[in-house]
Amino acid sequence: MNMFQAINNAMDLALEQDKSALLFGEDVGFGGVFRCSVNLRDKYGKDRVFNTPLCEQGIAGFAIGVANMGATAIAEIQFADYIFPSFDQIVNEAAKYRYRSGGLFDCGSLTFRVPSGAVGHGALYHSQSPEAYFAHTSGLRVVIPRGPIKAKGLLLACIRDANPCIVFEPKTLYRAAVEEVPTESYVDELGKADILREGKDITLIGWGTQVHVLLEVAELAKKEMDIECEVIDLVSILPWDTQTICNSVNKTGRVLIAHEAPYTQGFGSEIAAYIQEKCFLRLEAPVKRVTGWDTPFPHVFEPFYLPDKHRCLAALKDTVNY
Amino acid sequence: MLRTLSRVSELPIVVKQLQKNAAQSGVAKTNNYATEATVQVNRPFKLHRLDEGPEMTVQLTKEEALKYYTQMQTIRRIETSAGNLYKEKIIRGFCHLYSGQEACAVGMKAAMRDVDNIISAYRVHGWTYLMGVSPLGVLAELTGMKSGCARGKGGSMHMYSPNFYGGNGIVGAQVPLGAGVGLACKYKGNGGMCLALYGDGAANQGQVFEAYNMAYLWKLPVIFVCENNNYGMGTSSERASCNTDYYTRGDALPGIWVDGMDVLAVRSATEFAIKYVNTHGPLVMETNTYRYSGHSMSDPGTSYRTREEIQEVRQKRDPITSFKELCIELGLITTDEVKAIDLKVRKEVDEATALAKSDTELPLSHLWTDVYSHNLEKKIRGTNGFDIDHIQERKGVNH
Repeated sequence: MNMFQAINNAMDLALEQDKSALLFGEDVGFGGVFRCSVNLRDKYGKDRVFNTPLCEQGIAGFAIGVANMGATAIAEIQFADYIFPSFDQIVNEAAKYRYRSGGLFDCGSLTFRVPSGAVGHGALYHSQSPEAYFAHTSGLRVVIPRGPIKAKGLLLACIRDANPCIVFEPKTLYRAAVEEVPTESYVDELGKADILREGKDITLIGWGTQVHVLLEVAELAKKEMDIECEVIDLVSILPWDTQTICNSVNKTGRVLIAHEAPYTQGFGSEIAAYIQEKCFLRLEAPVKRVTGWDTPFPHVFEPFYLPDKHRCLAALKDTVNY
Repeated sequence: MLRTLSRVSELPIVVKQLQKNAAQSGVAKTNNYATEATVQVNRPFKLHRLDEGPEMTVQLTKEEALKYYTQMQTIRRIETSAGNLYKEKIIRGFCHLYSGQEACAVGMKAAMRDVDNIISAYRVHGWTYLMGVSPLGVLAELTGMKSGCARGKGGSMHMYSPNFYGGNGIVGAQVPLGAGVGLACKYKGNGGMCLALYGDGAANQGQVFEAYNMAYLWKLPVIFVCENNNYGMGTSSERASCNTDYYTRGDALPGIWVDGMDVLAVRSATEFAIKYVNTHGPLVMETNTYRYSGHSMSDPGTSYRTREEIQEVRQKRDPITSFKELCIELGLITTDEVKAIDLKVRKEVDEATALAKSDTELPLSHLWTDVYSHNLEKKIRGTNGFDIDHIQERKGVNH
């Protein structure tokens, strides 16, 4: 299965196992623009899988209401760039429901699926990675898969988790690679990072598409400079796995964080601040961040904006030779 | 569907109107060709909270006929070319074609005055051309080249020119902006107004209703135009909207329904609306139209409607063909003139297409140009590996 098929499979299982589960969003009934919900309307009926009007704020509010009643809501925001009209509903309503009602009500059975990230030609409004905006909001869980197996496990975990969750799905990965995805139901642990490659010299941290860039960088560093990189997929943005990261940094003493979102207040900032607080005496070099630039997401200049392997490798050399 | 002078004799009201016109100017002819004609619009307007509506009987001069035909044909040609460039993978990413909807933009533009403004969504290649950008400016923007109207920096959806506040990639986001442009017109007292365009899909965004409300409270000169092409992406209007009479959805705001496939009806309605909003405040205008292509290039446009439906509109309601036939029948344009225009348009757009392909991109420095007016720091952050100073180059036309 590739990633969109794995997501389709996960939703199929969720709808099958949980009779209260509903799936909706813009054009979702036809399978959605990325085909993730293809055939599900035919299988589960138009009462459970349906198109909404183009109104993201409404979709989010509607999903919160559904979840308030204890039913399971899987809502798709067609592109992460369109999530901002629903920002208020997610941040002020969904995230705080449990807390502000003294635990009486919640909308925990709510999951947003949100295609995000660069895709090669998306320009300003079809390319952004807004995970950091949501990382600032207690009450939410935010995860980002790197491939088909992870996407299924995370999505099912989010659907079952008793808190409102956002899954940012890197849209360039939907058809990028095929993996042997188990067909049965399984869940990934939320809040847990994955060490994808062990190494002793430097820790490379990324999520989503960037994980694949970092794996390539680690290979290049090994070949060109005999540097052993430890590559970690953060997987979960909120909460993020401080333990795995700190253990790794305490071992390597060097760290490079890479993400597509801009530098200032990108989620790398939080990780860097935490590392200097907890691992200060073990650091051999300043924490390095390689990110998108502090400019709007560009159109034809996308290849220069993205933290590609060349920029990451150059930054890695700086950090190792510090 | 032709509305010729001979045919309108079936309609008693129009006969009266015609006799009146005949007494004044009527159909003025030189060299056996008409230079002006009186025409009845195709389908009646529908009104909401209005006692009087736009003129059903309109004048059309030869000069106007040639102009509208050329404009509609150029838009169609630009869109065909854009579609081809997309298939050749020269245009990447997003591309929303206006083919089928030409009469809406051309009709509205025909009624606009120099002080008037327009803001729209992402289906704006035609509007960009009408607002003064050359076919090359449109096509090169789509190919990301420096001759593009936003210098290739915006690409699809991001096209602007003076008095044209642009395309917008976020569904419905432009509508409150249009109300703001109307507020500025009123505050400045320049007599201008703003056309705030959105589709039937965007009509369900909450901020559209927020904009209606503010515009009504403050009596802003804004025409909220719902270009209803019957499908919001892949969902038909009936399945997305509780009320598909979009011209009535402003509640207290008056509304006009107009046949968006009839350039003269759109012009007449817009002329009426411009006068109305400058005197009384905002109204909603629904132009009922049809898009031949899918929502964007990734949508074949046939999974939620039949090929027969598209074919039928093309054959029976095409805005260009019907206008051409009308003008020929009226004697305003000859078939030779039509051929000459078609050839000229084809040549112009073909040349623009070739240039849009062979043109170059802006230098890389434009990645960090015009992010801010006076970046407070010299450097752009996050550019590790490079040492980059922010560049300020252009001052907006609004300053």
